[in-house]
Amino acid sequence: MSESHSVDFKSYLRRCIYVFVAVVCTTSLMICASYLPHYSWAVKVVLILAVACVNAFIVAGFLMHLLSEKKMIYLLLGFTACFFAGLMGLTIYAMHDMPSGTSFH
Amino acid sequence: MEIPYAVQPRPDTGLYNAKAGIWLFLASEVMLFGALFSAYVLLRVGAVPGEWPHGWLNVTLGTINTLVLALSAITTLLAWVACKTRQFDKFKFFHACTLLLALTFLCIKGYEYHDKWIHYEIQLTDGRIADGHMLENNPKEDYVVIEGRYVADEKDLYDLRAQKDIKTGEIKIPRPQIKEMENYGPWHNTYLALYFTLTGLHALHILGGSIVIGYLWGPGRRMWKTDPERFTNRVEVSGLFWHFVDLVWIFLFPVLYLM
Amino acid sequence: MRPPVHTSFPYDAEHDEHEQHHARHDPGFWRTYIFSTDHKIIGIQYGFTALCFMLFGFFLLLLMRWQIAHPGAPVPFIGPLLEKVLGPVMAGNGAISPDLYNSFGAMHGTIMIFLAVVPLAFAAFGNYVVPLMIGAPDMAFPRVNMASYQAYVLGGIVMVVSFFIPGGAAQAGWTSYSPLATSIPTHGQAFWLVGMVLLITSSLLGAVNFIATIIQLRAPGMTWMRLPFFVWAQFVTAFLLLLAFPPLEAAGIMQLMDNLAHTSFFLPTGLAIGGHLAHVSGGGSPLLWQHLFWFLGHPEVYVLILPAMGIVCEILANNTRKPIWGYKSLVYSALAIGFLSFIVWAHHMYLTGMGQKIATFFQTTTMIISIPSVIILTCLLISLWGGSIRFNTPMLFALGFLPMFGIGGLTGLPLGLAPADIYLHDTYYVIAHFHYVVAPGTIFALFAGIYYWFPKMTGRMMNEFWGRVHFWGSFVFMNVVFMPMFAQGMEGMLRRMADGGVNYSAARVPGALATLPNSIMALHTWILWGAMALGLAQIPFIINLFWSIKHGEVAKSDNPWQSTTLEWQTPTPPPHGNFDRPPRVCRSPYEYSVPGHAADFTPQNEPDIPMTAPKISPAPAVH
Repeated sequence: MSESHSVDFKSYLRRCIYVFVAVVCTTSLMICASYLPHYSWAVKVVLILAVACVNAFIVAGFLMHLLSEKKMIYLLLGFTACFFAGLMGLTIYAMHDMPSGTSFH
Repeated sequence: MEIPYAVQPRPDTGLYNAKAGIWLFLASEVMLFGALFSAYVLLRVGAVPGEWPHGWLNVTLGTINTLVLALSAITTLLAWVACKTRQFDKFKFFHACTLLLALTFLCIKGYEYHDKWIHYEIQLTDGRIADGHMLENNPKEDYVVIEGRYVADEKDLYDLRAQKDIKTGEIKIPRPQIKEMENYGPWHNTYLALYFTLTGLHALHILGGSIVIGYLWGPGRRMWKTDPERFTNRVEVSGLFWHFVDLVWIFLFPVLYLM
Repeated sequence: MRPPVHTSFPYDAEHDEHEQHHARHDPGFWRTYIFSTDHKIIGIQYGFTALCFMLFGFFLLLLMRWQIAHPGAPVPFIGPLLEKVLGPVMAGNGAISPDLYNSFGAMHGTIMIFLAVVPLAFAAFGNYVVPLMIGAPDMAFPRVNMASYQAYVLGGIVMVVSFFIPGGAAQAGWTSYSPLATSIPTHGQAFWLVGMVLLITSSLLGAVNFIATIIQLRAPGMTWMRLPFFVWAQFVTAFLLLLAFPPLEAAGIMQLMDNLAHTSFFLPTGLAIGGHLAHVSGGGSPLLWQHLFWFLGHPEVYVLILPAMGIVCEILANNTRKPIWGYKSLVYSALAIGFLSFIVWAHHMYLTGMGQKIATFFQTTTMIISIPSVIILTCLLISLWGGSIRFNTPMLFALGFLPMFGIGGLTGLPLGLAPADIYLHDTYYVIAHFHYVVAPGTIFALFAGIYYWFPKMTGRMMNEFWGRVHFWGSFVFMNVVFMPMFAQGMEGMLRRMADGGVNYSAARVPGALATLPNSIMALHTWILWGAMALGLAQIPFIINLFWSIKHGEVAKSDNPWQSTTLEWQTPTPPPHGNFDRPPRVCRSPYEYSVPGHAADFTPQNEPDIPMTAPKISPAPAVH
């Protein structure tokens, strides 16, 4: 009985080590990306955020068991993501769509 | 009638109550930090070009904090697995690690805050700016001593990434020469305002999460004897919160430290 | 010491442990009434506190209307008291100074919305009724429920205390726009922000509780499409609170940093206060505050109206003795309103210099969201057709809600259209519009709910005669107060003017091109008298409410309104745990006047009875 327990535990431990290694890799990638010469900040920002999203996916998917969660949770998070995108997107769009000759602030 | 599905999951949703509750709460937290990140984006994109700080934060310390928090997320998960496999000793060990790592995180953060607190921008009457860490600021004396440098224009203080080999030394400035003196607190500019607010709120969440995990590790562990299943659920739910706090840092770190 | 929760599957009837649980469970006065975790007590606590705040907000309104009708004149009767309590600067000579008027305006709005209507509509009714309606023993998280109420009370206390600090309460409107909110020399704004953070925390905890309860604790057989519409309305409302409040909390934290830590989240570069350059770093954005505020602000108005629609639906079904018309349309419309309400917010910001594309986007979504609202109102109206209508007090209020909400909703349309809003923004037209929706709209529904569910809470009926007096008085005088404001707004009278527009009146500046005519200014007196009469009309209600608790006519049964929904199938008042065993739901929520049934209503948990005659067994073959 306890053997099967420790087997379960060991497999989880192995998975966790993989996740940690993945996090170390993504973090290093982000740091390297930020120091890249010859690229504009806009490009670097997109790159860094993309890597951050991968990192977030790993943490959320494996450590938070999101990949094995129930439909109800996906629905809730889907709506949340929608509204967050709306908040950020529309606010920034409002900033850019100004009558000619005027500016934000 | 007892409240159903407090421990066993409800068949059609597959969730037990606390799990539904914590995911709902995390959704609201996504909106909270999301609004702050939106504020960051708006204020940064709307800032005068060339006047947004780069490289003001210590990337090494930030990286250490990132790895510390990632490790704590893993120890949190393993603590839950230990509960699931009824290995209480392992649970105690892993959550002790989690708490120590959280403490480490907060200490490093405190050090970083202190570093900004004693960092001054001093505008002199002759138009130059002295910028550095305060070494001596005795009100009785008529001078201040900073470890820093002189710059001709405030714009030179913004992009530290672009400047190679910044040389600093001890500078003694007589008080009559000082026009204005301000430390790098949240009032100094919008970047620091966002930095302190975002990381401050995040640190409060770390503190809150630590208190809950500390309670489960300490006095709360009585429930392990009476109702191990329910205790395991509590560990899972608090672990989910902790992972969320780690998730926020995963975005905070690059946004504040690397961009 | 809490008894251990047994971990066996909940539908095992473990009576011994159940009885043990009750024997240990003698909590005493404090645990029963003050620090209760029972959803019914918490619901009543919320209701009582919210009604007190509503009365307080109403007094602020009366003071404001006095000032508008008689600018600068000492307030009769309570002027000296005002001066004594608030000081000679704010209330010198017993008159309301402009700063004091502004603080009344800001606090009237804040208190009515966040301390009165939302706690009453969502938290009070929701807490009491929803678990009963879905067949649950309590909310999913009873202790979180208690914490939620306590955070609400704390927030309320902070708000009220702010009146008494030097400088007075918040004065920058309930919208607290920066940079004004950071420039006013009072800590009242900081108090307001702290109060808001507490109230938001309370709402968030409540929202989590409601959604988890409705998802997880529905009784067996209570499928989603068998939920009473009131539960659907509360479900959507909880989602709005859950996802829309946090950005305001974030903004509130940032404005608090602006106020206390001198940051510049919302303060632009080059800001001057009092003629001098402000000593702030600048670089902030006042519009950012507006975006974050209205991201909550708009869903908030649906938080105000949805529970009311839910209550009206229940009462209409019950008092027409027929099912609600278009149950599915109601549900889908409520869901649509919930979703769309997150992407319409900037119609409150048309005059901030937005570009045409973004203004058109928000105008489009605003027009679209009016469709589900109209669908809901239409379904409720059509539900009356062919009904056997009983005109009791709850029904009168529910019926009154319909045209009032109609007026309120329809007058919102010109405000949602950007070109019309350019003229109407910040005028009294806006005030009339939203008051019609909330005051004779939501508040009527809340009154209806109080009269309706009173017998379930107390076992007694409220007095019918005084209920009608309350209704007719409120109905007539609400219209006397708010209808003229449409005219005033269209003539150009602006909001938040402490002198009631005297400086722009024809009397003050005769011969000027566009002034407020005397006829419009004269309406102020009408409105003042209407407001006072409206206040008088509430007195029978207050007396009725308290008197009926002990002396009201005893309800004829546990289900005096002969309703189908589950909350009426419990003892009166429902005991701790509500149901002995989980009710088994077999039918939809509004089975009134079903052909073939003996009674004109069939409760949701009534088992299926075969309608055919019992089979006659064949004669025995053996003889």
